[in-house]
Amino acid sequence: MFTSLKVRISIALIVFLGAIVFLLPSFVENVPSPWNKYLPKEKIHLGLDLQGGMHLVLEVDTEKALESMLERQSENLRESLMDNKVRFRNLETVKGPMISMELTDPAARPMLETILREEYLDLEIASSRTRDSGQLIKIKFLDKRAMEMHRLTVEHSLETIRNRVDQFGITEPEIVPQGDNRIMVQLPGIKDPERAKNLIGKTALLEFKLVDDEHSLEEALRGNIPEGSVIAYGWHGDRVTGQRGSVPYLLKSRALLTGASLETARVQISDRFGEPTVSLTFNPQGATDFDRITAENVRRRLAIVLDGIVHSAPVIQERISGGQAQISGNFTLEEARDLAIVLRAGALPAPVNILEERTVGPSLGSDSIKQGIMATIIGSLLVIFFMIFYYRLSGTIADSALIMNIILVLGVLAAFRATLTLPGIAGLLLTVGMAVDANVLIFERIKEELRTGKTIRLAIDTGFKRAFITILDTHITGIVSAAFLIMFGTGPVKGFAVTLIIGLLASIFTAYFVTRVLFDYSTSKFNIKKLSI
Amino acid sequence: MDLIKPGISLDFVGKMKYAIIFSAVLIIICIGSVIFRGGLNLGIDFAGGTIVQVKFQKDISADEIRDALQETVLENSIIQQFGTNEFLIRTAEMLHDQELLNANVQKPLSTAFNEDYEIRRVEVVGSKVGMDFQRKAIFAVIVSWLAMLIYIAWRFEFRYGLGGIIAIIHDVIIIIGAVSILKIEFTISILAALFFVIGFSINDTIVVLDRIRENVKLHARKKLADLINLSINQTLSRTILTSLTVFLTVLSLYFFGGPVIHDLSVALLVGVVIGTYSSIFIACTIVLFFENVQKKGR
Repeated sequence: MFTSLKVRISIALIVFLGAIVFLLPSFVENVPSPWNKYLPKEKIHLGLDLQGGMHLVLEVDTEKALESMLERQSENLRESLMDNKVRFRNLETVKGPMISMELTDPAARPMLETILREEYLDLEIASSRTRDSGQLIKIKFLDKRAMEMHRLTVEHSLETIRNRVDQFGITEPEIVPQGDNRIMVQLPGIKDPERAKNLIGKTALLEFKLVDDEHSLEEALRGNIPEGSVIAYGWHGDRVTGQRGSVPYLLKSRALLTGASLETARVQISDRFGEPTVSLTFNPQGATDFDRITAENVRRRLAIVLDGIVHSAPVIQERISGGQAQISGNFTLEEARDLAIVLRAGALPAPVNILEERTVGPSLGSDSIKQGIMATIIGSLLVIFFMIFYYRLSGTIADSALIMNIILVLGVLAAFRATLTLPGIAGLLLTVGMAVDANVLIFERIKEELRTGKTIRLAIDTGFKRAFITILDTHITGIVSAAFLIMFGTGPVKGFAVTLIIGLLASIFTAYFVTRVLFDYSTSKFNIKKLSI
Repeated sequence: MDLIKPGISLDFVGKMKYAIIFSAVLIIICIGSVIFRGGLNLGIDFAGGTIVQVKFQKDISADEIRDALQETVLENSIIQQFGTNEFLIRTAEMLHDQELLNANVQKPLSTAFNEDYEIRRVEVVGSKVGMDFQRKAIFAVIVSWLAMLIYIAWRFEFRYGLGGIIAIIHDVIIIIGAVSILKIEFTISILAALFFVIGFSINDTIVVLDRIRENVKLHARKKLADLINLSINQTLSRTILTSLTVFLTVLSLYFFGGPVIHDLSVALLVGVVIGTYSSIFIACTIVLFFENVQKKGR
């Protein structure tokens, strides 16, 4: 290896100084001016359990996204079939998701196939059965296409959530995909968890739908919903009593315009009641569509539906060409602001469910840090004193290696932006206990060699050589067992495993290399007659 | 300074049958406790549910909180003291929704104790995630055993690997038993303790096995039983020293680490003691046992 003592001392010093450089920002508030340009700025990243915050695991309901996409396709298909004079009945989307329909004339089947082949490249016939009344046909998405949509839905959701969180203004959020259809969101230092949850989890699907005036609402509520229409509910707020009741509406199921046509959304305070509203500006295409829709439907009612809930259904008084609209309806200022954010960031392509939620308040976090640091300092001091007490001067060498080990672990954590958690602090303290083991192994071995009558130099040499194999084996198995814990994605325990692994790696270096250098240095510098061990 | 006199020769191998009996009894008690209590007391990480950590300004008992939570969905929740004036409320219900949390925690507590409290932590884990964690945990523990077995078998011999592996299976059973007997919730933190002890115990085992391997090379003519005894004695002072330093650090975690990692440190305390014991008495016994089996086979 590196035989020259000078080279080895330099290596140890460089590593040590490197670790200190990476640690400086975490411990020194203001680095003096010429230096701060060259030094790293990253502090040790604290886990949510230490600084407070929120951890969420969301599941994207991609199945729902697929269903609504198929729903849209089925509406289009209905029109295509009518345009081509194909006679059918009972066209609906069913579980699977699949479009189910009955061709009244089996002879029309080739026509249907041609339409599908030419206009609906993503769809295929899944099954067909001949009945007396006609042919029952089920249509589904191509498997390849369905898988792609599944992937895109998750990606799109991730992107949307990222946008929303960015606009909400949270520092250092972490939003990453997890597994097949999950998204992990970490929001450090969040003060109002409920608001954040609403902001992230809201689908925010904005739709403009015409109110169906041709059919009777009462009849529909009795169960006879006309084809192509749906029942939706809205909240009717009474400003005087403050009571809220739900109001049913009969709407055309086809959305004329959605939130995808928005350019931006802003909060506005209405003049009349000082009540916050959200004003919408359409993008050029959206503005043209809105202009056309309002022109075609003057005197009819247009419902503004958000996530299936009717916010308002004003009568279109005249053609609106400015590309502007407004959502009003009993918002608090905060609600209006959050709604504007989610509308700007866009709708989630599918609903998300919260699978896991962990919120830690800042006061608990700061208590945990204090206790963790306290335990680490006391534990380390106990070990340090014990080593000096038992091994005397050699003990101080082991202690120097030990302290360097701690600094090295923290330095690596800072340099690689790994997260320090409370179990991570426990892991750090445990590596202190374990790092000593390497020294103990070496020292006990040196003692044994000395007892056989070897010279100090030779005893140190053989001691290190013999102990090294053991140290390597023990550390590698330790690292392997900690590596299995990393599978548990959740922050705190992963932090434990990461610090343990870094600690064990550092321990191989400090115990074998640094301790050795210190031993060689002292034996070469001073003419030692008796080793204090 | 010497903790153990050099050249000491305690008869470990002779005591091995008592150790086996002792361990067998311990394992029966542990498994018995788990069965008797109807399985492990799984925390919400594995079982799903909600925990709410509340800190009060003044002295309050768990019963007072239980009274306050009458007629909410938290009526049958587990309430547990957690540091001074601090409590954990645990339920199988999922309180994802702020409205649910308001109605079932904040409102009743505010009625009973004014505003003299602070909600410091809320964790909600869905049963789907809980099941995932359970599956992953069992998988990880078993695969880690296999990994250790393969590594030791590769570096040493297969029977050494078996010795090491049986020793850590022994440790895992006893820690799980201790967790069950002490009525500690089995959380991911406990799992972390389990993995630390697996690492620590195998570490200890390897030191002894390593010495046995070396002595076998040096004194090819001696009986394995004697060589094992010699090796245990030679490494005894390092075994005790290391276990002592690790024990000291765990003790410091136990006393100063705070309530959040209290359970973790209890499991570690048990684990460090049992891990040290098992590397001498279980791992070595197994190695010797297979030696005898092989001899008889010939």
